[in-house]
Amino acid sequence: MKLFLSLCLFLSACMTPALAASAETDALLQQLTQTKLSKMPAMVQQLEATGDESLLPVFRAWLAGDLHYIRDDNTLVVEVDVNGVDTFQDPYTQATIAGLTSKQVRKIKVNNKLRGLLRGVIARIQLTSRDAGVRESAVRALLADIDDETFATLERIYPTEPNSDVRSTMQTALSIYTAQDQNSSQSARLAAIDVLGDSLENDVRNVLLSLERSDNPVLSSAATQALVSINRQVERYALVDQLFFGLSLGSVLLLASIGLAITFGVMGVINMAHGEMIMLGAYTTYVVQLLMPNYIDYSIWVAIPAAFLVSGLMGVVIERLVICRLHGRPLETLLATFGISLILQQLVRTIFSPLNRQVSTPSWMSGSWEINPVLSLTLNRLYILAFALLVFFALVMILKKSSLGLNVRAVSQNRSMAKAMGVKTEWVDAMTFGLGSGIAGIAGVALSQLTNVGPNLGQAYIIDSFMVVVFGGVGNLLGTLVAAFTLGIANKFLEPTTGAVLAAIFVLVFIILFIQKRPKGLFPQKGRAAE
Amino acid sequence: MKLKTLASAIALSGATLIALPSMAADTIKVGVLHSLSGTMAISETTLKDTVLMMVEEQNKKGGLLGKKLEAVVVDPASNWPLFAEKARELITEEDVDVIFGGWTSVSRKSVLPVIEELNGLMFYPVQYEGEESSKNVFYTGAAPNQQAIPAVNYLKDELGVERWVLAGTDYVYPRTTNKILEAYLKDMGVAEEDIMINYTPFGHSDWQSIVSDIAKFGSAGKKTAVVSTINGDANVPFYKELGNQGISSEDIPVVAFSVGEEELSGLDTEPLVGHLAAWNYFQSVETDANEAFITKWQAFTKNPERVSNDPMEATYIGFNMWANAVTVAGTTDVDEVEQAMIGQETPNLTGGIAVMNKNHHLSKPVLIGEIQDDGQFETVWETDGVVPGDAWSDFLPGSKDLIADWTAPIKCGNYNTKTKSCSGQNY
Amino acid sequence: MSKLINWFTEGRSSGQYTLPFVILLLGVTVLASAANLLLPQDSALYVSTYSITLLGKYLCYAMLALAVDIIWGYCGILSLGHGAFFALGGYAMGMYLMRQIGDRGVYGHPELPDFMVFLDWQELPWFWLGMDQFWFAMVVAVVVPGLLAFVFGWLAFRSRVTGVYLSIMTQALTYALLLAFFRNEMGFGGNNGLTDFKEILGFDLQADSTRVSLFIATAVILSLVLLASQRILSSRLGKVTLAVRDAEPRTRFIGYRTERYKVWLFVYSAVIAGVAGALYVPQVGIINPGEFSPINSIEIVIWVAVGGRGTLIGAIIGALLVNYAKTRFTAIMPDGWLFALGALFVLVTLFLPKGLMGLYGQLQSKRRQSAEQEVQS
Repeated sequence: MKLFLSLCLFLSACMTPALAASAETDALLQQLTQTKLSKMPAMVQQLEATGDESLLPVFRAWLAGDLHYIRDDNTLVVEVDVNGVDTFQDPYTQATIAGLTSKQVRKIKVNNKLRGLLRGVIARIQLTSRDAGVRESAVRALLADIDDETFATLERIYPTEPNSDVRSTMQTALSIYTAQDQNSSQSARLAAIDVLGDSLENDVRNVLLSLERSDNPVLSSAATQALVSINRQVERYALVDQLFFGLSLGSVLLLASIGLAITFGVMGVINMAHGEMIMLGAYTTYVVQLLMPNYIDYSIWVAIPAAFLVSGLMGVVIERLVICRLHGRPLETLLATFGISLILQQLVRTIFSPLNRQVSTPSWMSGSWEINPVLSLTLNRLYILAFALLVFFALVMILKKSSLGLNVRAVSQNRSMAKAMGVKTEWVDAMTFGLGSGIAGIAGVALSQLTNVGPNLGQAYIIDSFMVVVFGGVGNLLGTLVAAFTLGIANKFLEPTTGAVLAAIFVLVFIILFIQKRPKGLFPQKGRAAE
Repeated sequence: MKLKTLASAIALSGATLIALPSMAADTIKVGVLHSLSGTMAISETTLKDTVLMMVEEQNKKGGLLGKKLEAVVVDPASNWPLFAEKARELITEEDVDVIFGGWTSVSRKSVLPVIEELNGLMFYPVQYEGEESSKNVFYTGAAPNQQAIPAVNYLKDELGVERWVLAGTDYVYPRTTNKILEAYLKDMGVAEEDIMINYTPFGHSDWQSIVSDIAKFGSAGKKTAVVSTINGDANVPFYKELGNQGISSEDIPVVAFSVGEEELSGLDTEPLVGHLAAWNYFQSVETDANEAFITKWQAFTKNPERVSNDPMEATYIGFNMWANAVTVAGTTDVDEVEQAMIGQETPNLTGGIAVMNKNHHLSKPVLIGEIQDDGQFETVWETDGVVPGDAWSDFLPGSKDLIADWTAPIKCGNYNTKTKSCSGQNY
Repeated sequence: MSKLINWFTEGRSSGQYTLPFVILLLGVTVLASAANLLLPQDSALYVSTYSITLLGKYLCYAMLALAVDIIWGYCGILSLGHGAFFALGGYAMGMYLMRQIGDRGVYGHPELPDFMVFLDWQELPWFWLGMDQFWFAMVVAVVVPGLLAFVFGWLAFRSRVTGVYLSIMTQALTYALLLAFFRNEMGFGGNNGLTDFKEILGFDLQADSTRVSLFIATAVILSLVLLASQRILSSRLGKVTLAVRDAEPRTRFIGYRTERYKVWLFVYSAVIAGVAGALYVPQVGIINPGEFSPINSIEIVIWVAVGGRGTLIGAIIGALLVNYAKTRFTAIMPDGWLFALGALFVLVTLFLPKGLMGLYGQLQSKRRQSAEQEVQS
C-alpha cells in the first residue's frame, strides 16, 4: 500500500516540482518542533502522507541527526560542518543562515525507531531512483512483510526493471508472497518454493521454516527440500567464514610476533618491551591523525613509515644503552627489558593520559565486502591480512637479499667469526634490534584499527607473541608464519564449540604438549649454532 | 659480620619506616583508593581527579568543621590484594576519615573485610551487581534494578524486542546481572531459545566469531537486541567489529551498562550512532548544576575537551553527602557519620534529588541514551522520578528474602525476612 | 642441638651466612611481634598490625623467591610460571578458610560459600569436599603444586626442553591456569576469587594475636626451608644440579640421569611455592586468579635477580627490598612509581649482574685487596 502510494507520490512530485513546503506540511513541521519523542513516529507517518516530495532533504537531515530548529521562531535549519565550524542552512535552498550559533538552536531528536521509519520513508520515495543499488535495498527492505498491494505494485514494475540484480530480488519478493498465499494454486506455490530454494536471504529462510510447519504435506516437504539445499550452502559459507576468522586472527598474531621473531628469534634477546614497541606504533598512528585531521583516509600511509621510524629509533636507543651491555646473558635481557617496558608504559600514561585514544578508521577500510547474504568479509581485516603477508615477505627479502640481512645472519650464526671477517657486529646488532622494533611499530598501526590504543595495548599481545615464536621455532621466520596461522585457525575452529576462554586454554595446552614432542618448535634450527 | 648489619638495617628500617606515625590531626583526611597504573587505570584515574577536585572545592568553601580537607592518594595498581593492603595503610597509618575508591567488584570485595575490621568508611562510586550491603560502605553507583531492568523494559516496550543476547565479560557483575535478567525475562514469558548468553574473558579482542553468532541469532525474524555487560577494554574491539560487520543499531541495538562518555572518547562513534546505554547520568543532560560541574571539571583538568561520566556523578553525590553528614554529625566519627548519612538528600546533576536509603544505596533516576556521532549520549527515555537502589535482587532465589536496613531495630545488611535473622556480620 | 646446627651448616662455602641470617630473621620477628603485642599503641617502638601483616606478606614473597632461586640459581631452570604453584597453594588454603565461614556467610547457607549461593549452585562440587579439614587442605596445598610440577617437569625434562623454550612453556602453563580460574564455571569464585575469611583453626583472623602468630609461623617456616635448602644444595645432589646448570650434556655423558635431578628439584621448589601461597592467603585476606598472571611470575624472577641469583639469602633480600620499595613508592609517588621500579630493574641488571649479594662480595674482595696492599706496604 505504502509503496503504491509513494509511487503515485513520486509521479505527482515529478510533475509539479516544489521548491518549498506547502502550507499543510509547514504546519506539521511547526508542530514537529514541539512534539515529544514518543509521539514522533505518528508525525513521520503524517508527513509522509502529505506526499510532499520536497521533504526529502528534511528527512535526510533528520535521519543524520542534523535537523535543528531556531528556538525563537521554530524555523527548521540543518547543521552543516564547514571546515570544522558548525553552520546552519535552510533545508530547502541550502542557503547558509548567517549569524546563527549552536546556542540559538535546538536539535530535533531522533532515536532508533524513528531512524528505521525515516529510512523506510526515504527508501520508498527513492524506489524509482536512478541508482539500482538504492532500488534494490528498497525492495529488500520489503521482503520481511509483503502485503497484497505491494505485491501488485511489484508485479507491475517487475517486467520493466532494467537491472538484473534488482529483478532477481524482486522475483524473490514475489515468490515469498506467492508461496505463502492461500489463494494461489498448489503448483504455483510449489514453483515459488522452488525459486526460493536458490536464495540465501534470511527472510526467505524464515518463510520456508514457517511453511515447513504448515498442514499441507506437499508444501511442507517441498519447503524441507528447499531448506536442505539452502542449509547445505549456508554451512559451506559458514566454513569459509570461520576460515577467514582464523586467517584474520592468524594475521594479527603474525603481525604482533614477527618483530619478536627478529629481536628474540634472531638476536636471542628475551624482549619483554616488544609489546610496548607495538604500543608506540599505535600511538604514532594517533599522533599522525591528530596532525592531519582532514586527511584521515591517507593518514595510514604516513603512519606506517612514521611508526617504523619511531619504534625503530626507540629500539636502536634501547639496544645501544642497555642490550649491548648484556651480550651472552640472554636471561638478563628479560629483566632489563621488563624494566624498560614498565617505564615506557608509564611514559605513555604521563604524556597521553591513561585513557584510550581515538584512532579513526579510514573510509576505505570500513565496512565489508558482501559476497552474498550469508558471507561477507570485513574490509579492515582483509587489508590487515594482506598487509601482514606483505610485511612478512618484505622482511624475508631483507634478510635474504640485502647486505644488512647477510650481516644479520652471519652475526646470529657465529658472532666472533663474523667479527673476524670485518663485520661491524655492534652496528649490525643495533640495526637488527631497530628493524625488529620498527616492524613491531608497523604492527601497532594495524592493531590500532582493531583494538584499543592505550597504555595496556602491548601487554595484551606479549604472551601470544612469545607463544607464536616458540611454537614456530626460535630463529625461523617461516615457522613464525606457519605457527601464527595454525594457532589462529585452531582457535577459531574451537571457539564455536568450546567458547572463547576454553579455546584459548586448549590452544595453550596443545602448545605445551607439542613442545614436549618437538622441543625446538615446528621448524627447529639446524647446525652447530643451534646448540 | 657486615652482612648482618646490612640485613638488620634493612629489616629494621622496614619495620620502622612502614610504621612512621602520621602527625597533624588539624586536617580532615580523605583517602583516595583508585588504581593509577595497571589495567584499571584507564577508568579509575578519572575518579581520583574527581575526588581531588571536590576536595579543592570544599576547601575553597572553608573546609569542614573549621578544618581543611587533605587528600591522601595511593596507587593500588589494579592489584586486588594490594587494595586491601592500601586500605589498611590509609586507615591505620594515615588515619583517614573516609575513603573514596574502588571500581571492580573484586577490589571492593578485597577491601571489605579490612574496612569492616577497622571500622572505616568507604564510598564506592560504580554500578555493580548488588548482593551486598556493608555497614561501612556507601554504594553511590547503580544497583541492577537501577540500570539493567529499566533498560530491558525500554527495549521490550519501545523497540518491541523479543529475542535477547546477554553478552558479558566473565566476572561477577555480568554473571549476576545476567542471572537477574534471565529470571526477569522468563517471568515475562520469553522462551529459553530466545535468550543467548555469552561470556568472554577480560580484554577479549577478537570478536569476529561472537559478533557473527549474534548476527545469526538475530536473523530469526524476531526483533533482537544485545544487552552488554562487556567490561571496559573489550568494548572498543567489540564495537569496531559490530560496525565493520554492518550491524547497525536499527537491526540489532546494543544496550550497554559499562560504556560511558569516557569509553566512547577512545572510539570513533560514527558507526555506533543509535546504540544505547543505560546510566543514571549523561554529560549531555542540560541542567545548570551539570553545566557548572563540567565547567569546573574541564578547568580542573585543564582540558576543554574532557568528558564527564556516571561514576564521576556518583563520586560527586557521595562526596557532597559525606560533607553534609559530617556537618550534621559535627564529627568525622564513623559511627555517627554513618547514621547521619541515612536520609541525606543532595541535588544530583540531572535535576533531581539523590537520597541515601537505609540500605546504603542511593535513589537515582534511570536514563537511557543513544550514542551520537560526537561521542555523547542523547537521552531517549528516563524514569519519571528516582528509583531506590535495591541491595538484594528479588529475582535471585538466594536473595529474594533478604533486605538491608541500617537503622534500628534491624541494623543489618542482609536481614532475612523469613527467618528474621542476620547472618555473618564482620563488625 | 649443636649437632643439628652442624648438620645444617655443613656446606660452609656459600652457606656461611645462612645461620646468622636465620638468627637475625627470627630475632627481628620476635622483637617486632613483641613490640606489637606488648607495647602500648602510642609508644615510639610500637609496631603496628599493618606493619606486621605487611612483613608477613613480604616473608611469603621471600619464600617464593627462594623457591625460584633453588631451580634458577642452582639448576638453571628459569621458571616464568612459579606464580602458578604459589596460587594453587593459596587456593587450597582459601578453600579451607571459605569452608570455615560455615553458615556465617551473608546468605546464611550452612554449606555453600556465598559466591555459589548467588550463582545458584545446588551443591558443593566434589573438589571442595574435605577442604573443611585443615590437615587435608594443607596436604592439598602441598600435593597439588607438587603433582603439577612433577607432571610438567617429567614431560618437559624427559624430552629435554630447555632454555627459553622451557621458560615460555612455564609461562603458558600459568597463563592457561589464569584463564581457567577466571571461569566462573570452575567453582573457584571466578575473578573475585575467595575472600571474606573469618577464622583459621578457630582463631579470629582479625585478631592481632592471630596475625602475629601467622607472621611468626611464616618466619619460622621460611627459616626451616632456607636451612633445609642450604643443606640439600650443598649435598651431593646439589653438586650434581650445579653441574647440570653449567654443562648439562656433559653431566649426562658422565652417566647422571640429569632429568631425574631436575624433576625432583622442580617438585621441591613447587612445594615451597605452594606452602608460601598457603601462608600468604590468610595474611592478605584474598586469593584470586590475578596471582596466576604471567607478569607476577616475571616479577618473582626479578626479585631473585635483584638480590643475587644462586645465593638463597640473596633471593630473600631481593624479595624483601623490591616489595618494600613498591609499598613505599606507591604511597609516596603514586603517579610515577613505575618509572622508579623500571629504572631499578634496568640499573640492577646493568651494573649489578650478580645482584646485591654480588655487590657485597665485590666490596669485600676490594677491602681484602686494599688490606693486603696495606700489609705489603
